Amino acid sequence: MVTRGFSSGRRPPTDGDARIPPGQYLERGFPVLSAGPTPRVRTEDWSFTLKHGPRPIKKWNWAEFNALPLTKMTRDIHCVTAWTKFDTPWQGVLVDDILADAGVEPPTGFTLAHAFDGYTTNVPVTDLTAGKAMVALLYEGKPITPDHGGPARLLVPHLYFWKSAKWLNGLQFTTRDEPGFWELRGYHIYGDPWREQRYTDDP
Amino acid sequence: MSDAASVHSPWQTASIVRIEKRTPRVTSFFLQPSRPFAYRAGQHVDVRLTAPDGYQARRSYSIASAPETSGAIELAIEKLDDGEVSPFFHEVAAVGDEIELRGPLGGHFVWPEDESGPLVLVGGGSGVVPLMSMLRHRAARNSAVPVVLVFSVRVWDEVIFRDELIVLDERRDGFDLVLTLTREAARRPVDYARRVDVAMMVQAMTRLPEPPGIAFVCGSNAFVSAAAQALIDAGVAAGIIRTERYGV
Repeated sequence: MVTRGFSSGRRPPTDGDARIPPGQYLERGFPVLSAGPTPRVRTEDWSFTLKHGPRPIKKWNWAEFNALPLTKMTRDIHCVTAWTKFDTPWQGVLVDDILADAGVEPPTGFTLAHAFDGYTTNVPVTDLTAGKAMVALLYEGKPITPDHGGPARLLVPHLYFWKSAKWLNGLQFTTRDEPGFWELRGYHIYGDPWREQRYTDDP
Repeated sequence: MSDAASVHSPWQTASIVRIEKRTPRVTSFFLQPSRPFAYRAGQHVDVRLTAPDGYQARRSYSIASAPETSGAIELAIEKLDDGEVSPFFHEVAAVGDEIELRGPLGGHFVWPEDESGPLVLVGGGSGVVPLMSMLRHRAARNSAVPVVLVFSVRVWDEVIFRDELIVLDERRDGFDLVLTLTREAARRPVDYARRVDVAMMVQAMTRLPEPPGIAFVCGSNAFVSAAAQALIDAGVAAGIIRTERYGV
């Protein structure tokens, strides 16, 4: 339905269009969104736990985690609130490298990411491995600020950004695909921006 | 938690049935959905505009009206000069126009009123909109839940819903309105003329008969960060604070 009097005059340049998923607009800034107050997690209190169900597989403190191989990943990111930001530069530890350090193969097909504030989000294993996702420690070469999820956040750039959990403290393999915080509150179970899977009933 | 949301909300058309200027920068648009829906205080809708060449722009707007309101839903939209959708509403939209709308959306920034205890609401600028829905809902139900709203704006003339908020405050039914103006002197004895801070939150809390069960904070990211931290420093548990940030 064409809206009377609305034109595309403010749309981003055409050469960027192929990189902007449906319903998104190009954002130059880096908006902050979260469901609660920003936790201030000190690196001396930080830890990351890999779990299979309730059972811990391996736990790293900040120094141990930072000793894992660091990888650079520069990606476009897409927030469900409709902004897309190009070329965001992150550095962190690939999920592949976390699994290798723990010496495990994924025991199930699904995960639930956990954060210090109690936030959770579900991501299938195939969306985390083969270089697709990392636990990011740096943004633009500097420690990630608390409002953007520091000390460490999940980065799954090919899914809507609520999947890239801020203030990450664990990754749990689950037997089933268990909905997380937003997935229980009306948001899509998978969240592919290119299929515009924003809300529960989107195909 | 009563948060679980079952969402079935395809796009539908809605007619603009009324337009009411609220402040120099905020105007309310009353939209009559072709398929009316029930919603909860604090929820939002997505609005979609389509250009003749197929280009679409989509934004989320909080609902200002109470769930009890029959008919049109009210969106109070602030004009953002570098925006894409809000300038359309402010400069082009007229009564009788149809736009596309999807909702209700959002299952977290909603008031579970039967279980929450006293309520603290903190709004910055147009961040008051979903809080207004909660206050109108409370008034419509003649609810006795104690509520304090701390509402920060730059100047008196930018106090969205000002007359209505003052009327609600004067009912003395357990709702207290605290305004804080950041660029002008306070007008009422209970008001402030500074940015939100810990002392203000401590005093706001004394207006409640017991500690709050839940706090809602809405506004720009900078405002929400400062206000949420002030609440925490005033002794409010982080776990009961729900935030909604306007991303830009």
